[in-house]
Amino acid sequence: MTAAVITESIERRFDDTVAVDGVDLEVRAGEIYGFLGPNGAGKSTVVRMLCTLLLPSAGRALVLGHDVATQPGQVRLRIGVALQDAALDDRQTGRELLTLQARLYGLNRVEVEQRVTHVLHMVDIGDAIDRRIGTYSGGMKRRLDLAAALVHNPDVLFLDEPTTGLDPASRALVWREVRRLNEELGTTIFLTTQYLEEADELADRVGIIDRGKLVAEGAPDELKRSISDDVIVARVEGAGDEVIQALCAIDGVDQVDVHAEEITVRTTNGAAAVSPVAVTLSRDGVKVHSLTLRTPTLDDVFLELTGGHIDHDGDGEHIS
Amino acid sequence: MTTTAVPAAPPVVRARPAGFVGDLRTVAIRALRAVPREPESIVPALIIPVFFYVVNVGALSRVSENAYGLNFKAFQLPVAIIFAVTGISRASTLVTDIQGGYFDRLCVTPVRRLALLLGLMVADIAVVIALCIPVLLLGFAYGVRFETGPLGVLMFVLMAGAWGLVFTGFPYAIALKTGNPAAVNTSFILFFPFAFLTTAFQPKQALSGWLKTVATYNPVTYLLAGLRSLISTGWDGTELLKALAAIAVVGTVSISLALAALRGRVRRG
Repeated sequence: MTAAVITESIERRFDDTVAVDGVDLEVRAGEIYGFLGPNGAGKSTVVRMLCTLLLPSAGRALVLGHDVATQPGQVRLRIGVALQDAALDDRQTGRELLTLQARLYGLNRVEVEQRVTHVLHMVDIGDAIDRRIGTYSGGMKRRLDLAAALVHNPDVLFLDEPTTGLDPASRALVWREVRRLNEELGTTIFLTTQYLEEADELADRVGIIDRGKLVAEGAPDELKRSISDDVIVARVEGAGDEVIQALCAIDGVDQVDVHAEEITVRTTNGAAAVSPVAVTLSRDGVKVHSLTLRTPTLDDVFLELTGGHIDHDGDGEHIS
Repeated sequence: MTTTAVPAAPPVVRARPAGFVGDLRTVAIRALRAVPREPESIVPALIIPVFFYVVNVGALSRVSENAYGLNFKAFQLPVAIIFAVTGISRASTLVTDIQGGYFDRLCVTPVRRLALLLGLMVADIAVVIALCIPVLLLGFAYGVRFETGPLGVLMFVLMAGAWGLVFTGFPYAIALKTGNPAAVNTSFILFFPFAFLTTAFQPKQALSGWLKTVATYNPVTYLLAGLRSLISTGWDGTELLKALAAIAVVGTVSISLALAALRGRVRRG
């Protein structure tokens, strides 16, 4: 399968700050690639480099074979971009904005009309398309943003946190559109997100970035399986080191992580381990608020690799 | 909201560069379309010159006519026009685009970067020429007549438009450099020395001291003289050339600043 996006040791520095630190990526043509990481991890900086808005400080990035540094014009013709926070002009109507966007990609009057009609069916904005964008809800703005990114029929679509700030219903709609684009048009989609379930739900493969470095890459199921088969999560009060050591000693327990008042026990057989874990906590006088057995999530993967949760400032500790 | 079936894909289109003129037209059309939607940005520019023209003529006509033998209504018409066209730009809109991320959206398209600025300026020149019309009509209502006839009126409007255009370079430079609406608003301060430290209210021979020195070096003095010559003298090549040179000098500075700021804004490094 050919690569739609390749980065080779790409870096970006802002004065003394290294925002992206030697990231190697390969996004295959036709896949949805989820780029997952907490706020400030470097996701948007990578996207801005791939979209030709920023030059890499070092390394190389190719989009559909074109170097983003030396062939930005070729890259811009082939990509569609919806940046973080729907970047629209509130004073235009949705239709005016889409028409303007199509014009800038050199489409003639007939093509503009066809493409605008087509993308409007895809993102389903309804009659509001002839209203000023300033009157739109957040979800409608996001869908219009998506339509604007698609109006010139791009081969690769970059979506930078497309659902941040949206309510669950609007988020589900955006997910549906993204899936449909990928399945029906074969568009390659590079999607950044800080939402685990979004990456899990949409992405064929996921890259996890933390503090500017790519820390893991693979299909979501592969990544989750790589850390353990099952996870037992206990929300507790008053768990000391001796309790943690006792949990580690239970048969079948691979690893115990402590993060604030949450203990995560990784095991190859959750059903067999959950009872001994409960007994150990109870025996040592730990107050247990909840005890949950589940399969691993991408957050568990992130915790394993970085020692912190993806959606919280990590202050966890790792005991094996 | 309901789910609708996506219609069969239209014939595949391939994105291609729209060409500089196409880009310019697209950006300018967007800017012009926004003008009537933001009357608050135009109404003051419509009222202020008319107000000052009426007040100045009412207050100073008799004094000036007695002292210098001027037709003060004709003498003040170019001043009112300069008030109308100086500082009118879409710079505040540009700042909104920068702050809201829309400027970045435009920058990820193949649009020529220069068209992003010049397209706004094309729209500005259309607006400033439109703003000349009510002031001119008031002048005609006051009985002002052009010695140079209708062609002189056209030249008068075009020169005023050219001045308005070159002055926009300053607010655009500030907008592109700072991306800050407050900073753009301060560009209005430039208007005062340009407009008032000149022969705006009295002929040059009536000025004295530092004001005379400043007015001598103020390009607007020569612009006003050129515009006045079209009304009162007839086709005076020397005055017109001086006026055009004044526009060119200010334009060279302001547009250079704006282009440098544009380069800085779209630089990817």
